[in-house]
Amino acid sequence: MAAVEMPVEKWTGKVHEVRLGGEGRKSIVVGGETTLPFLHFEGSIPNRIAVAVEVQDQEPSDWATSLVSAWGDVLRDPGAWAKKAAEFGADIIVLRLRSAHPEERNTGAAEAKAAVDKVLSAVDLPVIVLGPEVAEKDNEVLVAASEVARGSRVALGNCMEKNYRTIAATAIADGHVVIAKTPIEINLAKQLNILISDIGVPVDAILMDPTTGALGYGLEYSYSMMERLHLAALQGDAMTAMPMVCTVGEEAWRQKEARVAEGVPASWGDHEQRSLLWEEFTAISLINSGADIVVLRHPKAVEVVKATIDRLMSQV
Amino acid sequence: MALTGIEIYKLLPKTNCKECGFPTCLAFAMKVAAKAVEISLCPDLSEEAKQALEAAARPPIRLVTIGAGERKVEVGNEVVMFRHEKTFYHPPGLMFRVNDTAAPEEIAKLVEEVASYSVERVGMQLELDGFAIDNKSGDAAAFANCAELVESKTDLPLVLMSSDPACMSAALEKVATGKPLLYAANKDNSDKMVELALKYGCPLAVYASDGLSELAELTEKVSEGGVEDIVIDPGARDFAQSLTTLTQLRRLALRKSFRPLGYPIITFPGEAAASAEEEALLAGQQIAKYAGIIVLDRFSPSVAYPLLTLRLNIYIDPQKPIQMTPGVYQIGAPKETSPLCVTTNFSLTYFSVAGELESSAWASWLLVCDTEGLSVLTSWAAGKFDAEKIAKSVKEFDVAKNISHRSLVLLGKVAVLRGELEEELPDWKIMVGPLEAMDIGGYLKQHWTA
Ligand code: SF4
Repeated sequence: MAAVEMPVEKWTGKVHEVRLGGEGRKSIVVGGETTLPFLHFEGSIPNRIAVAVEVQDQEPSDWATSLVSAWGDVLRDPGAWAKKAAEFGADIIVLRLRSAHPEERNTGAAEAKAAVDKVLSAVDLPVIVLGPEVAEKDNEVLVAASEVARGSRVALGNCMEKNYRTIAATAIADGHVVIAKTPIEINLAKQLNILISDIGVPVDAILMDPTTGALGYGLEYSYSMMERLHLAALQGDAMTAMPMVCTVGEEAWRQKEARVAEGVPASWGDHEQRSLLWEEFTAISLINSGADIVVLRHPKAVEVVKATIDRLMSQV
Repeated sequence: MALTGIEIYKLLPKTNCKECGFPTCLAFAMKVAAKAVEISLCPDLSEEAKQALEAAARPPIRLVTIGAGERKVEVGNEVVMFRHEKTFYHPPGLMFRVNDTAAPEEIAKLVEEVASYSVERVGMQLELDGFAIDNKSGDAAAFANCAELVESKTDLPLVLMSSDPACMSAALEKVATGKPLLYAANKDNSDKMVELALKYGCPLAVYASDGLSELAELTEKVSEGGVEDIVIDPGARDFAQSLTTLTQLRRLALRKSFRPLGYPIITFPGEAAASAEEEALLAGQQIAKYAGIIVLDRFSPSVAYPLLTLRLNIYIDPQKPIQMTPGVYQIGAPKETSPLCVTTNFSLTYFSVAGELESSAWASWLLVCDTEGLSVLTSWAAGKFDAEKIAKSVKEFDVAKNISHRSLVLLGKVAVLRGELEEELPDWKIMVGPLEAMDIGGYLKQHWTA
């Protein structure tokens, strides 16, 4: 019989390429895919999927003990923490300005500047700065962060429906990238991308966060939403073609399976392995559905997910 | 793949005799293509046409059953590349490998652990699916004994793994009634394996790692030999190779209606993995990307639980998320002073909230609002969980009749709803509970005073 002919899809679209960093610090480009995740025979995946590591501007009070012990003392200092994250293999540092949350310490612009400055001077990796996800506070601290980081081309997040204007304007002024975040819904994601583009942010300066559901906690919604966004991008829709960021660590480590060691069913098994797998499964599933950047928390997960990405990136 | 009207027309007698009740064969063909009438209405169909129509009606990926009892596994018959296009129907079977070189006590222990493993999630018991007995020894008696030992301890389906027909035959003499999957026919042994599969009525796996053309050639040979229930192994063992090959196989079956490869796929994620974690992650990828049977080398509950959870996530029908019926649920034996919590009818939300209230020993009333099965956050974003809806549910289910207080704890990240809800329900005190279900116990302890 004749040789089996491989079906190859002719995609017309492409995920936008977005660069972070540069000018004296390492730079990284994400996106640019012209096919579905890792189908190297069909199109190009010019940039490795990036692993970012989350650093917070104050010592986390609610982290699982296994996370706390994996990092140790550096949790008290964002600079030292970022340095350690770089040693563990982070491609990008995500700085979460959590202390600015009104229910935390409600800190303001000055503290935000100091934290961003610490991280930028501690490492030469590209940086993403996230606010506390409270609209007014995000505006306040991200504008401050933007100023300090001028020239470092960081990503500022999150632009949400309510507060995208201020953050987008700042990013344009200071030459940064923005992250557009929407709850798991394809039209909302597209709409926000359009709004942000309309006020002048170029498409090579927008990342999107379609909201991550962890394994067992809505993963399937994120998984399918991201597949749909990615497919729409490949079919030529430029407003769904922003590279995707997933806050995997944050979501996975919020869940009971990851956090709780005692008083859970025996069938949940060894806590240490289960908690790591919870983060790793979420990461690999979303990488296979189109994520360009996964933000992780546990150093071991960083190692395992990076090794898996290497294997997926290798041409068959 | 379904035939078009024209393709069906070509198979009809073209006499326009009207026996079928339609004026012309073409008109009839169009109706058949639209599935409005049955082809059997035409009395003059040729044998050839019947066969062609039957072949066209076959699913693009054959449904194959492994095992015989209640716990038999059915895989295949998938119809889409992406779950959002419809749904994935048949969750892959998760089987564990047993080497016939292992000590009997070790085998018995593993079988007992896997077979009795069960974990609860969203009100369902999730379980593992079977065992693959590997003829590592190359010895017929050892293989047969091992198969018999495993079968004596479990009703779960088996895969018999040996490329030696003599060994396979010896094992089948002991365990054929369980309809195990025979793994595998290859280019050297396929005639003998086909014989065994036919003799015992078992499904047969076909292995060829030197390309899909070779694999297709072999499945055609096996199918011509009379075996229809085929499972294929293209030999892809690592992450990238597995993703590429299994995607190609699914596309060939669905997009090209390529019959010789339209079968469920068996994978062995442990073979290229250096650790249990790596194996688990590859198995996870294969759950989402197109495996039918997954044979694992390492069992532990901490791996089984996330794998089963992922399988549940991926194979849930995206058009029909599991929903709770809206209404008032009692957790424990609530009294009139017990807390009243409000959440959505997204099953996951319900089960995590209910589970947490139970384990923290808070007898309580749980008002489940109809959000069409969406979670708190997504339903709120989609406008299906708003103050009006909650107020309506409070009235509709007459929540007030059970309780002496008028306090209502809103769960989830919806503090924004408080203001509006206070307007809708002026007599009520609206409390905003914690974001995470697991913190409910602590929250109530701190804030509940009724
Ligand atoms: S009964 Fe058969 S041959 Fe006669 S008109 Fe109908 S389709 Fe044509």
